[in-house]
Amino acid sequence: MDKILECKSLTKNYKGNMALSNVNLSIGKGKIVGLLGPNGSGKTTFLKIGAGLLTPTFGDIAIGGNFIGVETKKIVSYLPDHNFLTPSMTVEGMVTYFEDFYTDFSREKAESMLNALDIDKKAKIKTLSKGTQEKVELILVMSRKAELYLLDEPISGVDPATRDYILRTILSSFDGNATIIISTHLINDIEQILSDVIFINHGDIVLCDTADNIRSNTGKSIDAYFREVFRC
Amino acid sequence: MAWIFDSNAPIFKQIVDTISLKIIKGDYKTGQKLDSVRDLAVEAGVNPNTMQRALVSVEEMGLLETKRGDGRYITENTEIISKLKEDYIRKNTADFIKKMSEFGFSTPEIISFIEKTNINL
Repeated sequence: MDKILECKSLTKNYKGNMALSNVNLSIGKGKIVGLLGPNGSGKTTFLKIGAGLLTPTFGDIAIGGNFIGVETKKIVSYLPDHNFLTPSMTVEGMVTYFEDFYTDFSREKAESMLNALDIDKKAKIKTLSKGTQEKVELILVMSRKAELYLLDEPISGVDPATRDYILRTILSSFDGNATIIISTHLINDIEQILSDVIFINHGDIVLCDTADNIRSNTGKSIDAYFREVFRC
Repeated sequence: MAWIFDSNAPIFKQIVDTISLKIIKGDYKTGQKLDSVRDLAVEAGVNPNTMQRALVSVEEMGLLETKRGDGRYITENTEIISKLKEDYIRKNTADFIKKMSEFGFSTPEIISFIEKTNINL
């Protein structure tokens, strides 16, 4: 099986508000997919459904051949768009917490990334800057040997130099068989690492293609093409 | 990110070109072992699977050789390298002449410009 995620007629309604409407998608293994769309287009809703935090109103979604449940949670590593660290815990404490929770978590990998990014393991989370907290979160999520990583805005709150760091962290911990879906609107900063691109708007998939196909077909960067498609 | 790409053009082809050029220019020496796919992908800032495909393509050009279980090496076949170098120079010279002829210069005029131009390299 070469598909990691497949969904059919996936729909999510929030009290009459259509967040996802009839989404049909099939995402192959080994891809780094950019889930791109303006604010409120359904990116976070889609990732939350994949992570098992929301149930669809209608339609099916399967990850690794299973419907969302215990089996998919084992193979999906999810980075939410909001802070999930416990402020009173230390960095090391969070690592242990993740190690307890996920059998595929590699403490060695987490510690080597923390060292590389010069993060004090004894520090309490609440003493860290927002950017450093984001780094810790990403390290925890990427230290799992998951089959699918769902990253919701992993680079939004950090400076450009740290963004490069984070992108390198994502790449160096990506093993080539796994799949990463990254939602963002900072397209320029990440488009180089993307192999595939999904444009989403008002809960509809507008486009789903390889990044290089979009560049050859339009002669434009993903960023420039996005600006054209979503011109206000 | 160490490798600079033009994001308006397909990245895959640009990776192939970057690696071939590094070999043609001698940045990667003949017989030298190439870094692993993962290291190159991180260095370039691209998906390792894209890097992998690009390396296969450079290999098909004859510039890389795979030693089973021991990664990829730059070819020791200097003939292929010289031939590609010649192709590269010929193509770039042709592009240059074409561009200059758009200004209405004849080839002898262009040659005399080249001879009169001192570039400190």
